[in-house]
Amino acid sequence: MSARTLDISITVNGERVQESVEARQTLVDFLRESLSLTGSHVGCEHGVCGACTVRVNGEVVRGCLMLAVQCDGATVETIEGLSDSGEVADLQTAFEQRNALQCGFCTPGMLATAQDLLKRGGVPTRDEIREHLSGNYCRCTGYHAIVDAVEAVAQARAGEKQ
Amino acid sequence: MKPAPFAYKKARSLDEAIALLGEKDARLLAGGQSLIATLNMRLSSPSLLIDINGIDSLAGISQKGDTVEIGALTRHAHAEHSDVIAKHVPLIARAMPYIGHPAIRNRGTLGGSIAFADPAAELPACLLALDGEIEAAGPKGKRTIKAQDFFKGLFETALAPQELLTAIRVPTANKDTRFGFAELARRHGDYAIVGLAASARADGKRLSDVHLAYFGVGNTPVRAKKAEAALAQGNIDAAVDALDLEPHDDVQATAKVKMHLAGVLLRRVAGQLMETRS
Repeated sequence: MSARTLDISITVNGERVQESVEARQTLVDFLRESLSLTGSHVGCEHGVCGACTVRVNGEVVRGCLMLAVQCDGATVETIEGLSDSGEVADLQTAFEQRNALQCGFCTPGMLATAQDLLKRGGVPTRDEIREHLSGNYCRCTGYHAIVDAVEAVAQARAGEKQ
Repeated sequence: MKPAPFAYKKARSLDEAIALLGEKDARLLAGGQSLIATLNMRLSSPSLLIDINGIDSLAGISQKGDTVEIGALTRHAHAEHSDVIAKHVPLIARAMPYIGHPAIRNRGTLGGSIAFADPAAELPACLLALDGEIEAAGPKGKRTIKAQDFFKGLFETALAPQELLTAIRVPTANKDTRFGFAELARRHGDYAIVGLAASARADGKRLSDVHLAYFGVGNTPVRAKKAEAALAQGNIDAAVDALDLEPHDDVQATAKVKMHLAGVLLRRVAGQLMETRS
């Protein structure tokens, strides 16, 4: 049967969620409106700004370019989950210390995307950091401080491993 | 904005997807990285979305003799990190980092990009430069379409309404084949203002079988055949002068600027084609 409303079962930030969703509802709207996880932001709604970036089955995706119904059976992690688990704590501290945010609208997406790069290990070059973050718009900082923060965390994490 | 209401059905098999395509205003949902954006902006409002993401037989990369077959549902990120692509289809490997951003490449599919046929997209031009082919399946079975016959117009392809792109096939590289790729965009990962995917055969110190496939300069990816002939003579200046393109003005640049940039890219790509491979 094809239907306009479907039941889905998703694991969000470690918790199993069962909901009925409209087929047309995007993942980010589902997270924000049905689960009140408002850390993922809705900016451009066509995949350009990166403010809605979340992880689905361990990979970063645009929350506005996936339907909630497509996530049936998937594991979703939002900035709330990444923050609560401490996975991005060092990035958050570095962003704060280096003034890598002003209004904060882009920050959840920036953190998720930066963590996607850093979890590969090694210390990326500044060019590689810029390229990886190229799909995330920030209208406040001019990016320089963001690149500084990500680079500092990459170096710190590499140092801890030695 | 939010999408207009539609029904959703997850197809479990290719046959089921083809059958569902017979329903009125039905659209296929693969990676969704273009389609869902157009739904959000209400540029399209299908009555049924057929999600083909569960059809595992449509994904995967395999080498068969002197051909590499890439399943339609293969994600960009998979191709980007594939050893088979890196070794046997270096042109596509070189183009991958230019396609969108990491989060886009994790979802977007090669088949979707080619079937969508955006005139400023990288992969349709790569397929044209490689003389690749498209495998399509419909109610009457499978057929093969050559890349040169596939791109018909703006977002228009040779696929029939109830046909589905199932795979692309491209020839494997050998020691004599040369590739080049370059594009200019406002921001890394954006659609190109102008781009160029190229292949050629090294013939002693000369090039033969030159394919220059431009994107972002017309309604479809286009070959610059006069420039190809000039480049085969080894004369880069003459090739730039011979560029037979007819770009239109668009939101990014005027036709005149695009023509200039096409020449800039040709010089860069000619250099790549003439490099000797170790």
